[in-house]
Order: sequence, then structure tokens, then C-alpha cells
Amino acid sequence: MIFKVFQASEIATLFELLSVNRIVGPIEKGRDVNDSPLYDFDVVYDFKDLALDYGQTIHSAKNYFLPYRENLCTFTFEDDAWEKDVDFGAYEAHVFFGLHPCDINALNKLDKVLMGNNYPNPFYGAKRSNMFIVGHSCTPTPSCFCHSMGSDSALSGFDLFLTLMEDEYFAEIQSSRAYHILENMETREATHRDHLLFRKASSRKRSLFKCEVDTSDLTKILDMEFESEVWRKWGGKCLSCGTCANVCPTCYCYGVEEEVNMDFSHASKVKQLYSCNLLDFAQVSGGHNFRPESSTRLKYRYYHKHRGFVEAYEESLCVGCGRCGNACLAGITVPEVIASVRGGEK
Amino acid sequence: MDNKLQFVDLAASHGTRVHKPGVEHFEYSYKAEITNLYSLTATEKLYQIQIVDPGERKKFTFLPGQFVMLELPGIGEAPFSISSSAIRHGDLEFCIRGVGKMTNFLNRVKRGTTVGISGPFGTHFPVENMAGSDILLIAGGLGIVPLRSPLMSVLENRSSYGRVDIIYGAREPLELLFTYQYEMWKQFDINLEIIVDKGDDKWSGPVGLITEILQARIDNGTANDFRKNTYAIVCGPPVMFKFVCEMLTRAGLPMEKMFVSLERRMHCGRGKCCRCNVGSTYTCLEGPVFDYWTVLNLKEAI
Repeated sequence: MIFKVFQASEIATLFELLSVNRIVGPIEKGRDVNDSPLYDFDVVYDFKDLALDYGQTIHSAKNYFLPYRENLCTFTFEDDAWEKDVDFGAYEAHVFFGLHPCDINALNKLDKVLMGNNYPNPFYGAKRSNMFIVGHSCTPTPSCFCHSMGSDSALSGFDLFLTLMEDEYFAEIQSSRAYHILENMETREATHRDHLLFRKASSRKRSLFKCEVDTSDLTKILDMEFESEVWRKWGGKCLSCGTCANVCPTCYCYGVEEEVNMDFSHASKVKQLYSCNLLDFAQVSGGHNFRPESSTRLKYRYYHKHRGFVEAYEESLCVGCGRCGNACLAGITVPEVIASVRGGEK
Repeated sequence: MDNKLQFVDLAASHGTRVHKPGVEHFEYSYKAEITNLYSLTATEKLYQIQIVDPGERKKFTFLPGQFVMLELPGIGEAPFSISSSAIRHGDLEFCIRGVGKMTNFLNRVKRGTTVGISGPFGTHFPVENMAGSDILLIAGGLGIVPLRSPLMSVLENRSSYGRVDIIYGAREPLELLFTYQYEMWKQFDINLEIIVDKGDDKWSGPVGLITEILQARIDNGTANDFRKNTYAIVCGPPVMFKFVCEMLTRAGLPMEKMFVSLERRMHCGRGKCCRCNVGSTYTCLEGPVFDYWTVLNLKEAI
């Protein structure tokens, strides 16, 4: 990999250079009861609005590459005949400015399912192929546990990754496009001192985590504790509202429905991101529901994230961003659920 | 403007890093015509559905046990097991019970209606590996539907198989499917045994549970045959195949030679929507046909 260093203030130049494109980045959306800022991803028109020092956003940026609602196809009817028209829904390239390692790793995980060898999904692929990603270093919030999930550092899946060290940025360059854009700015080669500063910044970040998840033997423990009472306790709290899936950067489950317009000339097939916690997620025709209790649905969610995906790809589907726990109105958090499933081993 | 990112058109970008083979076919469906449909019982109909384009029809191949996504534009799309012979390619048959929004709509359509078909998807029964062995086909209720395609394959290659038994249970005689084909099946030297939970005035056959017939079949065979020389396909409600598979295991049949087909409500059929996951296994990719050993390892399958 090629590394460069530039003055921290030059980041505004980088933003300007990229601003001929649509830029999506973290901005402050409002304030909570404690007057702490609330961030979310949105289109950024002015560098002043870009909040690169954000802790965590409420939602992930997935609506831009895995929209909550998406048209899969349109049917046109004429007499008894129909024609089907498919549009992958990507029209321009987007710059994602300021993604943290958790969200870059989330994209890499989604790629495995959605762009792997089994039926690669062009709706996702078309948008994914048109992303220019500028990653940015972060300071762990009290609910971040990405280091436990191995997602605290992004090894791939970005064009440029910027780590703030003192008053300079250390830039990791992974695409020729990013390399050429940096040619328009004041940069210098990274020296041995910069390499050491980068490592110091990484180790400082690792020392700041307040939240841990013990993932050792977790796939086996989830099998052992499949019938555990603990699931009923969490199921009793769960509101089955699906908020966790909405804010999650790696939840991709969906449902499909078709809609006919008022004059019967057209119909569309609409995909809606869903949540395995919703009551009818595993309901089949005739009314049978394979997971009628909130506890079995919540358990399934943990099963998919922390066992099934690990079995398939040797890594968890959870990146440890902590958004689901922050958003959950019932106060259910991943570290607490997993600790309680592991039980009194310590 | 030099920094304007070039738009990559995924559908047109063959040969580039981002292109994956098949990506442009993801939402593709064959146009297919319902050439005929008729009632088998009060609630089930048989649909004969033909892929319209003759070239596509011939190129369409599937293996017994696989399913397709059947789409009624504007109404919905759902998975259905193919119930016809694989040598008939894109001339397909489906037996469908009217239970939901889409199947009840299907119930009302006329001959000549054009539908969409995508697939085939999923795993299949290993009919070729079964050659040279005795075959036990065990169906409960609608389970006869996914079992009919491997049965056809056995009938078409009858000399490749040893003894063939069909054990079929239904709630009552009026619910029996494919009654008009039983005599034909018997002409292929198939032992067909049917049992119902509750008989009626005309019923002269056995009344009781499917496990009773199976027990008689087990008593009448040798343990050696079950251990070495038999394959079983079991389709039906989960509670039935749990009992049946346990009986067959006790009789000596290896779990790897026992196959079941699981039913879930897929929304995509392509390992993307997660709606068919059992535990964390995709029924659409790793199933719907599983051997019993795999099913035993799936949480909440039964």
C-alpha cells in the first residue's frame, strides 16, 4: 500500500476536489436531552457541515447502497400480456466521506453475501461499484465494541483512509483514483516517524474501549445455550419493532410485495428491508409461524449474526458499531445479551 | 471536472473487476403460459405451465426436488416445488393448494394466463446416486407433490432401481392427490400403500398412521438391506418426518441416505432475503432437500 501525509487543514481541499460529485458524510442532525450532538449520514453540500469528529451516527449509511425500499421491477400490462422492466437503481457515483472502520468492514461483509458467487445482487452491486470511500479514524464511544468483533481497523474496502495524528493526516491509498486526486493537494511521503505515529494512534484508540464482547467459542456456546432461559428474558423485553435491523450496517433481510396502480396499467415489485424480529418474519402461507415468540426471533437474530455467518465466512456479521443497542427502546444491547448467554463462566 | 467519478454501468461492464457472471439475470423471469389447470381435490389444483419461448423451454433444465419462483405480475411471487418429470424440461407441472393471497388468485385464473418463472433453485434428490438401490418414498399430505418429480425419474429409469415402495398417508380419502395415476405407477412394479387418518363410506384401505405401514415394511425387510441397499425420501409435515426418520434410523438406514424437503416462504430464492433461514441455514441455497443428518444439526427445523 502507498502511504502519504498531509496537513490536517488540507482536508478541506480534499473535500473541494471531490465535491464535483455527490458527497455523503456525517452531519449533526440535532441534540439529545443531555445536549450531546446526534449525527447521521446525509448529502453534504458544504465542508462546514461535515462532522468528521462524530462518535457514531444513529443509522448506518446503508440507505445509499441497500435502500430501505427499492423497486425491483415494473410490469406494464396491455390486454392479457405483460412486460417486465428491471432498473438496478444506480445513476451516479457517490463519495462517502468519513466512514469509520466499522462501516467499511460492514460493506466488506455485505459484499460477501450480496456480491459473492451465489446469485450476485446487481441492485446492490450497481451502487457498490459506484462508491468512492474516504475512511476516517475514530475515537471509540462508550457503546463501541468493534475491537471485540475484529472490525476496529479497515484493511480493505476503501479508496482512501485517513488517520488523524497530531496536526496531520496519515493517508492509506488503495485506489489509483484516490492517488490521482491526492496529486492535486500538498502531500508528502510518509516517513518512519509517521509510521510510528500511526501505530501510536492505533494503540491509543485500542486503549479507549469501554465495552467488550467475549467471542471465544461463541458459535459453540450459542448451540449449547439454544434452550437457555436467558433468551426468554431478553425476548420478554424485546418490542419486536425491528429498530435494531433498521440502524444495523449489516442487516440485509427483506420482504417483497407487488403493487398494482389504480388503472391496472402498471404494477411494481417492491423490496422492503425487513427485520427478523418482526412477528411475521418466518410466517408461511396458511398461517404457520416458525418463530411466533419474540424470544425465538431475538435468538435467531443472534444466531444469524454470531453463528451462521461465522460458519459460512469465518467472521461475524456484527461489526460492533453499537448502533442497535443505542437505538433499542427496550435497552437491549449486544454485549449484555452475549454476556448473559455465556452465563457464569467467570 | 477531472475529479468527477466515472459511472460504472454494472450491467454493461463485462470483464471489469465488479462484474459477476449472471448479475444481469438476477431479476430475469421466463414468460410461461398456464396451458391447463384442473382440480385434484377441493383445495388443490394441478397447473401445467409451459415456458413460452421454445428455445428457452428446451434449455430449461432442473433436477427432481428443485423449486422455482412463480410470479403473477402485480399479485406476488412465491416458491413452488416442481412436480413434473425432469426430462420434460420447461413443460412444468405444479400442484398448488389455495391458502394465501397469491395461491387463491392462481385458483381463479384461466387457461392461457401468462406468468413469470425464475429458477430452478436449490438442492435436489440424488436420484443418480440412488441407482442400484431399493427406494422408499414416504409422503404425508401435500408431501406427495415434491416427491412426484423423483418418482417420475425412478419410473423413467425403472431398471436402475431395485424394490420401490411408495407409502402415502392423507387425512381422508378425498384429500388424496394424483389418484388417477396410481394404476399407472403400479404397472412399474411399485408397491403403493396408502393409509388415511379417517376413512369414508367408499374407503376399503387401511386407516391409521403412516408409521404403521412403515413398521410393516421394516419388519418385512432385512436390517442388512436397510443398512446397505436402501435410500429414502420423506416429504410431509415436520412432525411426520421426524417420526418416520427416527424409525428408519432405528431400522438401520444411514442418515446420509435419507432425504427430506423443507418448506419455507422464500421471498427471493437466491440466498438474499433470509426469510427461509432455518437456524442460520438458507433453505433456498443449502436446501430445500437436506439429508437427515443435516436436518438433525439444524436448530428449529423440526
